[in-house]
Amino acid sequence: MTNSWTDIKNADVVLIMGGNAAEAHPCGFKWVTEAKHHNKARLIVVDPRFTRSASVSDFYCPIRAGTDTAYLLGIINYLLTNDKIHREYVANYTDVSFIVKEGFAFDEQEGVYSGFNANNRTYNRDTWDYEIGPDGFVVRDTTLENPRTVYELLKKHVARYTPEMVERICGSPKDKFLKVCEMISSTANGEKSMTIMYALGWTQHSHGSQNIRTAAMIQLLLGNQGIPGGGVNALRGHSNVQGLTDIGLLSQSTPGYLGQPRDSEPTLAAHMANRNFRPLQQNSVSFWQNYKKFYVSLLKSMYGANATAENDFGYEWLPKLDKVYDTLQMFELVYQGQINGFVCQGFNPLLSVPNKGKMIAGLSKLKFLVSIDPLETDTAKFWENHGEANPVDPSKIQTEVFMLPATCFAEDEGSFTNSSRTINWRWKAADGPGEARNDIAVMSELFLRIRELYQKEGGKVPDPIIKVDWNYKDPKLPTADELMREINGKAVTDIPDPADATKTLYKAGQQIASFAQLRDDGSTSSACWIYTGAYTERGNMTARRDNSDPSGKNVFGNWGFAWPANRRILYNRASADPSGKAWSERKSYITWNGKTWSGPDVPDYGPTLAPERNAGPYIMNAEGVARFFARKLMAEGPFPEHYEPFESPVANALHPKMSTNPAARVFKADGAAFGTSKDFPYVATTYRLTEHFHWWTKTNKLNAITQPEFFVEISPELAKEKNISNGQWVKVSSNRGSVKGKAVISKRISSLMVDGKKIHHVGMPIHYGFIGETKKAIGVNSLTPYVGDANTQTPEYKAFLVNIEPLSGPAIS
Amino acid sequence: MNVQFSRRQFLKGTGAGVAGSAIGAFGFGGAEVALAQAAHSFKLSKATETRNTCPYCSVSCGMILYSRGDVKKGEKAEIFHIEGDVDNPVNRGTLCPKGAGALDFVHSKQRVTRPMHRKPGSDKFEPVSWDFAMERIAKLMKEDRDANIIEKTRDGVTVNRWPTMGFLAGCATSNEAGWLTWKAVRGLGIVAVDNQARI
Repeated sequence: MTNSWTDIKNADVVLIMGGNAAEAHPCGFKWVTEAKHHNKARLIVVDPRFTRSASVSDFYCPIRAGTDTAYLLGIINYLLTNDKIHREYVANYTDVSFIVKEGFAFDEQEGVYSGFNANNRTYNRDTWDYEIGPDGFVVRDTTLENPRTVYELLKKHVARYTPEMVERICGSPKDKFLKVCEMISSTANGEKSMTIMYALGWTQHSHGSQNIRTAAMIQLLLGNQGIPGGGVNALRGHSNVQGLTDIGLLSQSTPGYLGQPRDSEPTLAAHMANRNFRPLQQNSVSFWQNYKKFYVSLLKSMYGANATAENDFGYEWLPKLDKVYDTLQMFELVYQGQINGFVCQGFNPLLSVPNKGKMIAGLSKLKFLVSIDPLETDTAKFWENHGEANPVDPSKIQTEVFMLPATCFAEDEGSFTNSSRTINWRWKAADGPGEARNDIAVMSELFLRIRELYQKEGGKVPDPIIKVDWNYKDPKLPTADELMREINGKAVTDIPDPADATKTLYKAGQQIASFAQLRDDGSTSSACWIYTGAYTERGNMTARRDNSDPSGKNVFGNWGFAWPANRRILYNRASADPSGKAWSERKSYITWNGKTWSGPDVPDYGPTLAPERNAGPYIMNAEGVARFFARKLMAEGPFPEHYEPFESPVANALHPKMSTNPAARVFKADGAAFGTSKDFPYVATTYRLTEHFHWWTKTNKLNAITQPEFFVEISPELAKEKNISNGQWVKVSSNRGSVKGKAVISKRISSLMVDGKKIHHVGMPIHYGFIGETKKAIGVNSLTPYVGDANTQTPEYKAFLVNIEPLSGPAIS
Repeated sequence: MNVQFSRRQFLKGTGAGVAGSAIGAFGFGGAEVALAQAAHSFKLSKATETRNTCPYCSVSCGMILYSRGDVKKGEKAEIFHIEGDVDNPVNRGTLCPKGAGALDFVHSKQRVTRPMHRKPGSDKFEPVSWDFAMERIAKLMKEDRDANIIEKTRDGVTVNRWPTMGFLAGCATSNEAGWLTWKAVRGLGIVAVDNQARI
C-alpha cells in the first residue's frame, strides 16, 4: 500500500477492482464503511462477479475477467479527452513534459513496441527512453506542444480506448463505464481524493503488472497520489507476505529490494555499474544514489567481520543468478527433473501452483522433499492416494519426504508487516504441541549441521557457508529480539558526526536510527535498510502500542513502525503544491512552514529541502517526478496495452495478430497445453471465500463447518443453456485437467456481450484439497494455466478457459 | 514500551470498582457478597492475555490470545480463547470469519506434533526423532550441494550457485525467521528461492 488501512477513511471515492475486500479483507474493509459514513464516500466496484463488496457499493460495473488493462486505459482516455485531470499536479509532479527518444514507437496494427523481434518474441529496449540533452539531463517541453512529449504520446496511445472499444473488449456496458469515469473524475481537483484497492484479481494475469501501473497512472492524472485518502493500495494476501518480500525471500531481490547479484555482475563494482542513478533533472534527489551504502551494510550483516573492504565485503560469496527463479521457473525445473531437493517452509505448492497434474509429476521426480509446517499439507502428502482427489500410486513415487512440526503464530514471538507496511511485534502465548519447533530453531539447526559437515569432512565450495556470520548468543536458537536488532543495523565501529567531526554520532555496537546514516565503508551493518529505525537505541519500535491519533487524520504514528522511516503515506510531499501549500484544507497533510516540512506524518522528502529547489516529490526516481513513460522498466513496453489472457474466448480486438502479451512467461510445453474456446467456451476465474484462507483453514473445524465443500458458480443463463440445476454435480474441464463439484446457480456471476458474442463466466473457490476437515476435492489449480506475468511471473489464475458438463451423481463422497 | 498494558485490563479494574461502590452506596452490602459468591467467574478473568497478530490476510488484525498459564513465567500455557484486540488501530477488536476460527487452527487435528518420515515408495509416514530428521536432511542437502554446486561458469566467473535445490518460504513466518532463512539459504548458495507474493 502507498497509503494505509486506516487512511482509507479519508477517501471520497473508493474504487475496488481486482479485489474483494469485503470478503477477503473484511476487517480492513471497515475503513471503506467509515469513509462512506463520515465522508459520504462513494464506493465503486468493477468485477466479473457481483461480490459482497459490490453488494454494498454505490455503483457496480461488470467486466470480463482478464480485461482490466483495457478498462483502465479507457478511463485514462476519458480523463484526457474530457480534461478531467489535476493540471498543476500533472505538470509539476510527472514526466508529461519529457521528450521521448526518436525511434520509439508503438505499432497499433501489430500490437508491439519498437525493438520487437517476432522470431523469438523478445524486445530490444534501446528506444524506450527519454531524449537526453547535452547537459546530461532530460529534454523537456513544458508547453506540451511537441508531439514527442510523454503527454502527446500517451494521449495518442490511449485514444483507441474509447467507451465503445471498452464495451467491445470488456463487455462492460458503455453507460455503466461512463458512470464510473464520471464518479472517478470528481476527484481531479485537490479537494477530493480517491483510493484504489486491489488484490490478486489484478496481479494474477499474464499482464498483471500493467494493470497496477495503469491504476497508478490514473491516480497521477487525478492528483491522488501522496495525499490522504488516495494512493494505489495493494491488499496483500498473507499476514507477512509484505515482510517476507521486504526481507528478500524473493527470487530476484535481497532484503530491502536491492538486486540479487547476477552472473554479469561478478564484483560489487560490476553490480553498481549496472545501476545508474544519475539524476535526470538538475535538482532531482534520486535517492537510490545511496544504494551502495545499503548493499555494503547488508553484506556486513551477512558476513560480519569476514566482510572487509579488501574482499568486496564478501560479495563474491553470494550466489549469482543466471535467470529469475520464480515459482513457475522453479517447478518447471522440478518437472524437468533438474531440481533434486525441495523445502517448503509453510507452503502448499501442490494446490497453490497452476496445473496440479504437472505438479504431481514434478514432485514425484524429487529425490527429497521437506515440509516445515504447523499443519499436514497436501504437498507433504502428495504421494498418498486419496481416490479421485489425488489418484497416485505411492509405490511408484520414490521421493523421500520429511514433515517437520513447526510452531504456529500463537506459539512464537517476532514481527509481521501488514499491508500498510507497518511492522507489528507479536508475543508468544504458549509452546507448540508435542515436539514442534519454531522456524528459527529449524533453520538454525539445519544450517549449522550442514556447516559442521563442511568443517569436519570438507566438501565443495565451503567458504560461502563458513563465512556467514552466525554470532548469536545461542547459535542454535537466536531470539527474535536479536534478529530484529540485526535487521535494523548497528554501528560496527565508532561513527563520527558528519556535522562535527570532533563528536561521535554512534559508538561501536549502537543501533542505527535512520537509513540515512548507513555507510558504504563497512562501518555500519543493516540487514534490511528499509527496516532501519525499527529497533533503535530507544528500543523495539515495532512493539509500540500507542494508538493515539493526534492529528485526527487517522494517522497512528506511534503504533508499531512503518517502513520506510515510520512513514504512513508514501510520496506525501505531493500532498502540497509546488510552493509547499496544501492543495486544499481538506487534504492538507505535509506542508512547508518556511523552514521545514511538517504535518502528521514523516515527510517523504528532505526535511529542510526548500520548495524553491524544485527537486520533485518522487525522490526515489532519477526524474524527481512520477513516470507515465516507464522507459525500459516494464518488459512489455513503456505504456500499458491491452493483451488478452493466454486462454481467451476472443481475439484481441485491437491487434488480433498479437493477441497476448509478447513478453509473458511461457514455457514451451505449457504453450501446447493451452486450450481454445472451441473446446472450452467459458471464461473461468478463481476466488476466495470469506470463511476460508487459501488451503490452510480447511484444517480448522469451524471454518470447515461454515464452508465445507468445493462448488462451481454459474449464472442462471448458463445453467439453463447446459441444463444444470442448482446443487447438481458438474464437471469442469480445462485442457489440463478437470474438477468436480456442486453447481451453485447465482445471479452474482455475469454473462456479458463481448464483441457481439455472449460470454459466460464460471467462478470457483480455491480453498479445497484432500487434507483437512472439508470434503475432499481435486483442487481448482488442476485447471489453471502455467503462464505468468511478464514482469513478476505471477501465474494467470484469474482468467482461463473451461467447459462445464452436468453429472448424474456425487463425484466424491 | 514492551509492557502489554491493555485498555481491557484497565477497564476490568476500574469497572469492578465502580460497580462495587455503587451497590454499596445503595445499601446492598450483603446482597453484593451473595451475588459474588453465586455468580460464575468470567471465563477470561483468570486468563493470561497475550498480544499477537492474526496469521491470515495482510490486514494483520491484532489478536488477544487467552491462555490458562503464563508461558512468560515458565508455566505451561494452553490457549483457550482468541478475540480481536480492541487497542489495535486497524481492526479495533474485530475479527472476520477466518480469524474468528483461529483457535481451531491452534488446536487443529492436522497439527504435526513430531517429525515424520516417508521412505521412498512407502505408503505411510513414520515418526522419527528430530535428531534423525535433521541429520538425514543435512546429509541429503550436503551430498546434493557437493554434486551440483557451480563455483565458476565456463567464462571463469565465480557464481557459487546451487541450482538443484528449491526453497519456498512461507508468509506467516516472522520477519526475524525470514531474515535468518535468507542468511541460511543464500549462504548455502540456493538460487531457487521464492515466497507467496506471486501465488
